[in-house]
Amino acid sequence: MAVCIAVIAKENYPLYIRSTPTENELKFHYMVHTSLDVVDEKISAMGKALVDQRELYLGLLYPTEDYKVYGYVTNSKVKFVMVVDSSNTALRDNEIRSMFRKLHNSYTDVMCNPFYNPGDRIQSRAFDNMVTSMMIQVC
Amino acid sequence: MEGLTLSDAEQKYYSDLFSYCDIESTKKVVVNGRVLELFRAAQLPNDVVLQIMELCGATRLGYFGRSQFYIALKLVAVAQSGFPLRVESINTVKDLPLPRFVASKNEQESRHATSYSSDSENQGSYSGVIPPPPGRGQVKKGPGSHDAVQPRPSTDQQEPASPVVSPQQSPPTSPHTWRKHNRHPSGGSSERPLAGPGPFWSPFGDTQSGSSAGDAVWSGQSPPPPQENWVSFADTPPTSTLLTMHPASVQDQTTVRTVASATTANEIRRQSSSYDDPWKITDEQRQYYVNQFKTIQPDLNGFIPGSAAKEFFTKSKLPILELSHIWELSDFDKDGALTLDEFCAAFHLVVARKNGYDLPEKLPESLMPKLIDLEDSADVGDQPGEVGYSGSPAEAPPSKSPSMPSLNQTWPELNQSSEWETFSERSSSSQTLTQFDSNIAPADPDTAIVHPVPIRMTPSKIHMQELELKRAGSDHTNPTSPLLVKTSDLSEENKINSSVKFPSGNTVADGYSSSDSFPSDPEQIGSNVTRQRSHSGTSPDNTAPPPPPPRPQPSHSRSSSLDMNRTFAVTTGQQQAGVVAHPPAVPPRPQPSQAPGPSVHRPVDADGLITHTSTSPQQIPEQPNFADFSQFEVFAASNVTEEQDSEADKHPEILPTEKASDPATSLRIAQADGKIEEKTAASVPANVSKGTTPLAPPPKPVRRRLKSEDELRPDVDEHTQKTGVLAAVLASQPSIPRSVGKDKKAIQASIRRNKETNTVLARLNSELQQQLKDVLEERISLEVQLEQLRPFSHL
Repeated sequence: MAVCIAVIAKENYPLYIRSTPTENELKFHYMVHTSLDVVDEKISAMGKALVDQRELYLGLLYPTEDYKVYGYVTNSKVKFVMVVDSSNTALRDNEIRSMFRKLHNSYTDVMCNPFYNPGDRIQSRAFDNMVTSMMIQVC
Repeated sequence: MEGLTLSDAEQKYYSDLFSYCDIESTKKVVVNGRVLELFRAAQLPNDVVLQIMELCGATRLGYFGRSQFYIALKLVAVAQSGFPLRVESINTVKDLPLPRFVASKNEQESRHATSYSSDSENQGSYSGVIPPPPGRGQVKKGPGSHDAVQPRPSTDQQEPASPVVSPQQSPPTSPHTWRKHNRHPSGGSSERPLAGPGPFWSPFGDTQSGSSAGDAVWSGQSPPPPQENWVSFADTPPTSTLLTMHPASVQDQTTVRTVASATTANEIRRQSSSYDDPWKITDEQRQYYVNQFKTIQPDLNGFIPGSAAKEFFTKSKLPILELSHIWELSDFDKDGALTLDEFCAAFHLVVARKNGYDLPEKLPESLMPKLIDLEDSADVGDQPGEVGYSGSPAEAPPSKSPSMPSLNQTWPELNQSSEWETFSERSSSSQTLTQFDSNIAPADPDTAIVHPVPIRMTPSKIHMQELELKRAGSDHTNPTSPLLVKTSDLSEENKINSSVKFPSGNTVADGYSSSDSFPSDPEQIGSNVTRQRSHSGTSPDNTAPPPPPPRPQPSHSRSSSLDMNRTFAVTTGQQQAGVVAHPPAVPPRPQPSQAPGPSVHRPVDADGLITHTSTSPQQIPEQPNFADFSQFEVFAASNVTEEQDSEADKHPEILPTEKASDPATSLRIAQADGKIEEKTAASVPANVSKGTTPLAPPPKPVRRRLKSEDELRPDVDEHTQKTGVLAAVLASQPSIPRSVGKDKKAIQASIRRNKETNTVLARLNSELQQQLKDVLEERISLEVQLEQLRPFSHL
């Protein structure tokens, strides 16, 4: 599973970042940050004409030696970035998609909470639990 | 004051009480407050208490000296025993039981009570000792003493009750007697100096003072139960269950509640439920919540929008983070609005939190929203009618129906309602998940298109295409390869078949018919595949080139082989004639050449196509299965000859993979075939094999590794096959547009796919070219070897 999961706001600042604590978290933060360029590139490449068909799931953004970074963008330009360990070859594309779907659902639940101001850091426990389950899954 | 004679037990007891009241340790004068509390705990009517005080001289003196205190206690006992209060009665009444004080929070008292009860003296009747000072530890009252002497208070106290319940209504001083009045605490008891209404009002946490005051005056007027709330108030705010207002207490609460601040009510509630499920909502609470709900949303069946709820709960002054969590717990269906049940649960949680309870991680079962039951609201009639926090739920509906729909919160302040947390844990998250999924899923306009059948990841799409082409030619559909591949196979087969039959026109038609269904439906493609398989079965070349090992094929992120097939079909249909240069032309497999069944070593690598090129011309004539083998032979030959023309060959090979350019490919294949033929004729049969036989069906290229002569044959076969495929594709093209035209959306999707296919095919092309070069090198090396082996051949 996912080693790091991040939710980036439309203005490209993080709403939520969580990574497995085993590694240097800063590295993951950096990877997520650099992946934003790729995300933007993919979004712009879609073109206006294809907006309606634009996929929310961006797929593999870029691979590194140890990790692969996947992206997903919502219609409101909120991005989900997921870093997975390359050693987890068993992870299929569909699994990544389902993980992003779950993330999206939980994010929507957070949004529905009237006490949550869009743009705030996500501090919902339910969201945390869901993310934790996704990150632990793999091992 | 008359002399007071006390028995030993009495003496002891009184002295203890005196000590209790003598908080200032003056040893002489007891604090009025404490005394009053104590008297209240005696559960005597207020006037009786007043009388006692007067009699003992305290009023005269203004304070309770020891003697006064003792006299007072004696008088209390007298009063409790039912004797008229007289000064003389102090000494005249013999064998008075020790004065009983109910539900005092004072542990000392309880201890005393117990100790006294244990006294040998016939205090046994008391059974119990004086209950702890009023309003104390309800539970302690336990020792049956209450029952014995004053069933009333005991019952009250024994209820788990909220220690501080009573305070809610009015200043603790006059809780009970005044309860009847339904008034505010200000009901004005003389005991007001006592601990004071404070506790009652103090939100959560207030204490003992209030409760004790309240408790003291049990004066039988109000039913005991109500007192419990009061009693428990101070005691264990944190421990008492949330606001489990007992029905009895409700009455008191009602009266008091109107005045009391929400907090006190909460406390009471809280305490009253010490032994109950902490998250259970009592009827009174529910009524209160329902009333509160009505203030926001008159329709009990309606919803409270998130924004309104936010404002409402913000009043509780809880941190936003906690409110957010409470919302998460209570909004069961995750719709951003609160139903009555959800509102009750949320309110209850807020009350609980205010009272110091930690929020649960999951919604407690008792808080889970249940079916809406509006009957509860009807019970609230007696309430002072204060909607909003101030009102106490008042008459708690006798039935504690769990229905929470109405979050009647009569508590004056939102704060008080916090204790009712019955968030059901049926977390709606799962529900939303599913719902959401359904929402998200539709985002993809065409799942079939957007989410292609998973394909094995192949190093290059070209390989995949070749593979598909090969497969098309072969009757074997790689089971491992997903439909994508199959579809490509299908297309390839179609092409091959059609191409093979092209000349004859028979099979071609069949091929086309099979490809007709190519339209974007994968199913159709699947059917095509099956059909192709059958076709391939008939074609000789199918037997020859075993389907290439299923190779993970590069799959377009979106377009799957399906797309490719479609593209292929489309392109072939469109361009039959035009050959052009496109690469994907599926080189018709040299099917005839396959008949010989040369080992299929497709020298061509993953591309497969290339290997076909190596099919030796020998195989060309071995394609008897085709209606018109001559052409195939030409194809094969051209394939063979084509070897050297890496590009030309490659293109045809690529064709199968690149659907966009089917028509072109088919043409190219023809050309390639021609070339190959020449080459094969010219070159030693053994040599060839390398050329990327574009005609070789994609699967063939996969096997490219071979470098033996055998390869040549398969290559040739592949060539012919490829050409056949190409032809088939071309032939099938015309039929494609018809199906495509049906759905504009499909067209757009297919256009997109085609574009993607184009890119894929371009890559495939480049890869094939690379392969061609490799094959050529091999050929050269083989030729060299041959020269070495037959050095004297020329001789």
